[in-house]
Amino acid sequence: MTSTTTHRPADQARSPVRHPGLNLGPSHQESEDVREEMVFGFWVFMMSDVIIFGLLFATYVVMLGGTAGGPGPSDLFEMKSAFIETMILLVSSFTFGMASLALKYRTDRKVLVIWLVVTLLLGLGFLFFELKDFHTMFGKGGVPSRSGFISAFFSLVPLHGLHVTGACIWLIAILGQIAVYGVDSFVKTALLRLAILWHFLDIIWIGIFSLVYLGGLS
Amino acid sequence: MSQRELSQEEAKEFVSERRSYAWGYLLSLLLTLVPFGFAAFGDLSRMALWLTIAGCALVQIVVHLRFFLHITWSGNKREDLQLILFTVLILLIMGGGTLWILFSLYYRMMPGMMP
Amino acid sequence: MTDVWSFIFGRLGWDALPFWDAIKDPTTFNIINGVIAGGAAGLVLLGALATVVWITWAGKWRYLWTEWLTSPDHKKIGIMFIVIAMVMLSRALIEAVFMRAQQAVGLDGGFLSPDHFGEFFTTHGTIMIFFMAMPFLTGMINYVMPLQIGARDLSFPIMNQISLGLTAAGAAIVMISLVLAPFSTGGWSGYPPYTELAYSPDAGVDYWIWAVTLSTLSSTLSGINFAVTIYKKRAPGMKLFRMPLFTWTALCTAILMIFGMPPLTVVTALLALDRYLDFHMFTSDLGGNMMNYVNLFWAFGHPEVYILILLPFGIYSEVFATFSGKRLYGYTSLVIATMCIAVLSFTVWLHHFFTMGQSASINAAFGIATMLIGIPTGVKVYDWMLTMYRGRIRISVPMIYAIGFIMLFVLGGLTGIILATPSVDYQVHNSLFLIAHFHNMLIPGTLFGMLSATNFWFPKAFGFRLEERWGRRAAYAWIIGFMLAFFPLYALGVMGMPRRSLTFFEPAYLPWTIAAGVGAIVILFAMLFLLIQLWVSVRDRHSNNMFAGDPWDGRSLEWATSSPPPEYNFPVIPEIHSRDAYMAEKEQGKAYQVPDEFPDIEMPSNSAMGVIIAVTGTAMAFGLTWYMWWLVILSGVVTLVAVIARGFARKTTRTISGDEVRRTHLAWLEHIRRTTPVDRSKEQTSENRGLPVPPVEGAVQ
Repeated sequence: MTSTTTHRPADQARSPVRHPGLNLGPSHQESEDVREEMVFGFWVFMMSDVIIFGLLFATYVVMLGGTAGGPGPSDLFEMKSAFIETMILLVSSFTFGMASLALKYRTDRKVLVIWLVVTLLLGLGFLFFELKDFHTMFGKGGVPSRSGFISAFFSLVPLHGLHVTGACIWLIAILGQIAVYGVDSFVKTALLRLAILWHFLDIIWIGIFSLVYLGGLS
Repeated sequence: MSQRELSQEEAKEFVSERRSYAWGYLLSLLLTLVPFGFAAFGDLSRMALWLTIAGCALVQIVVHLRFFLHITWSGNKREDLQLILFTVLILLIMGGGTLWILFSLYYRMMPGMMP
Repeated sequence: MTDVWSFIFGRLGWDALPFWDAIKDPTTFNIINGVIAGGAAGLVLLGALATVVWITWAGKWRYLWTEWLTSPDHKKIGIMFIVIAMVMLSRALIEAVFMRAQQAVGLDGGFLSPDHFGEFFTTHGTIMIFFMAMPFLTGMINYVMPLQIGARDLSFPIMNQISLGLTAAGAAIVMISLVLAPFSTGGWSGYPPYTELAYSPDAGVDYWIWAVTLSTLSSTLSGINFAVTIYKKRAPGMKLFRMPLFTWTALCTAILMIFGMPPLTVVTALLALDRYLDFHMFTSDLGGNMMNYVNLFWAFGHPEVYILILLPFGIYSEVFATFSGKRLYGYTSLVIATMCIAVLSFTVWLHHFFTMGQSASINAAFGIATMLIGIPTGVKVYDWMLTMYRGRIRISVPMIYAIGFIMLFVLGGLTGIILATPSVDYQVHNSLFLIAHFHNMLIPGTLFGMLSATNFWFPKAFGFRLEERWGRRAAYAWIIGFMLAFFPLYALGVMGMPRRSLTFFEPAYLPWTIAAGVGAIVILFAMLFLLIQLWVSVRDRHSNNMFAGDPWDGRSLEWATSSPPPEYNFPVIPEIHSRDAYMAEKEQGKAYQVPDEFPDIEMPSNSAMGVIIAVTGTAMAFGLTWYMWWLVILSGVVTLVAVIARGFARKTTRTISGDEVRRTHLAWLEHIRRTTPVDRSKEQTSENRGLPVPPVEGAVQ
């Protein structure tokens, strides 16, 4: 097996780093090998997901000219709602980070669950604003059947929304598992994987608000 | 006992990891406010604005990878970093290739699709 | 009444019967096509019924459920993948024979209708790529790779089951489309705007989209599983540069699957959005861009063909080394060449559409990249030749395929370099020259590789050898049949005959199409010989028994187990000290050791997840195709509930006691003690019971 001892600068984590994301370290030694495998496996899956989004981004750029005389970015996008959604998602990344720390350093589940519920509410809030946004767009004639450009928008942004939805469902399922089993090793592995997903949700959103909203509105 | 008895090393680790998330959040906040600010209120030329937005986005993605996902140059298993770098390479090839090919096609065959 | 019908059955109606045209408009032409289509549908139904009846009569339902369908064992799942592949190979071969027959008599007419012919070339390509080659190689990696790296199973056994379920669902959809027709006529590549709703409103393209989506999801998950297993589950001491070449190529194939499948997922999903939700991604109006489809499709398509060929390269590496009695020449260069091919395969996809209209500079750049890929492949060919040089070659069945491959593949590769030149490609693009080229790569490359691997590892998997005589006949028939069926196509392509041509008007084509038709018949016989080989081998399995496990004097770890291996592969995880780990053990006289202790082994428990996903996957795809929305929602909900419920599962493993492990291992060693070792001169005879004589002292092994 590959070596786990590497020289690290003093300010970084001292637990051996076995997988991407926050490592729980030696105090959570039980199932560490399984965790390494499962979190790495999820990391690999995230890579293929990133490629899907990357191709949809490239497709979006390529379809910018396909407005077919219909509404374009400046007609359909609103900076205010994009900003609100961005802030919600960014804060939710931070709150998930706090949840991860609670998982690593606390034995009770109360603080962990609170941070997770806050994250869930932020995620649902994001979805609420996004759906409201789409509704407004439809009202302005921004429906995918109108043009290739709008189709490209609706193939990229709702896919991200679907991923947020999936993450929220997964988070609810994990909260259910915590209620039934407490924070056992299965739950820990699930939370570490969901953390990776959640942070990637925000990374993809950085691409979306930069390229689609800010790029389109400027 | 809700707070685990942390050894001295663990306590230091907790502080540094919490700081990592805090820094990640603050830097990301800044890297979000800057492009939004310029786009909403600024007076830059279009190219300068686009470069600012793109630059802030790329840096913010790296911030997320470093401070939230703890991906560093040396600290990880080799394969974790290898995979994200390979993914970036494939994105550049496929994404860049798509743009190069499609815009050449537009120029030569479908000028109406040029944005 | 019709409202209830259309709610339950969507747009499924009587016209879905494959012989409907023959009933509605009984011309001779329609009747002939109706009989062919009806016959195919009948075969599907008969085959399904016969299977059910046979299992019931043999009383094997419980056995099938507990030992196979719910098993998480990579060996069982690998075998099931290969079974799917062989069934689908038979079907797609028959489709090829029909197409060749049509073109042999196709001057100014022929017997197939245009739509029927369109379905033939679409299903032939779709099945061969997604439901024959991919499952075949997935099954092969599944079976062999964990044994080669000293692991007990893949990293994610239940996900492995799910991969199998998804592929089975896709294959089921393609088979169902024979009974409830039609399938797409848009080719395996499905280019819009032809495949948009405006030009293909019926269920055909939808069948294609969902069958391909199921296969793509399956392959992506398999790729992840394989990569994580190779990264994380290698035995202690098995450093990356000590892995067998098969495992190296499995790793690179897995990386290609992970990064090469997403473009296809994207492009089929976008086409589905166009067809179902009135999007305009690829339509010919309102800002759609069909050229992006071609671009994205081939961004998948090119890595795909390297997925199909890299693993056979690994198989041939094992075969050449084993049957030359020599270690592989140039291991490091083979590994580096594999990695180069894997990376370069992402940089050449435009050569599939040189003629679409982009600038000459872009064409030139991709043309050069395409030619560059030939270089590492050439390195591999030289390495294989040098492996054979000064070896003591045994012409076994796997070796016949390998030697046929090395000659035919180089020829096909040269035609690839021809096609890589954009100006030449403009002349022969989408002609039969192209068809000849890629079949020249796929048949001697992929298919022979799979058949070689089957003959090579069959004894390991089942405990008895495949019969050699019929195996040889099949191999020679494949080689001759392939040459006869495809070399004429090079000539036809240069003479200007386009691909996917139902009929033609140039009499000069006729001798060539007839020759190709004869070749197809020879291939049909080759397939028949393979089936006879299987039948005879099963019949004679007791006299061909090789429980001892090492019929070919193998070099890598999979041969260090019984045939078949126990469920947990190794009683104790081995420690590796060199390449060709097992041959090294034999040379040092350390093979067949008894471990000091036999710890308990934890193995994954059975699970119904694979079966559930197979059922819901089929149901969802069927519902989407025929607009049966209640079925789509129901199967979606069931899938979600199953996945969430799986998250609540806690007792997911079972323990095998160390005592049982010891008993099994000692029984095997006792069997070896009682087996007569044979040297290589007796390898192909029934005296070979799976135990080689110890390696010759001082010989180059």
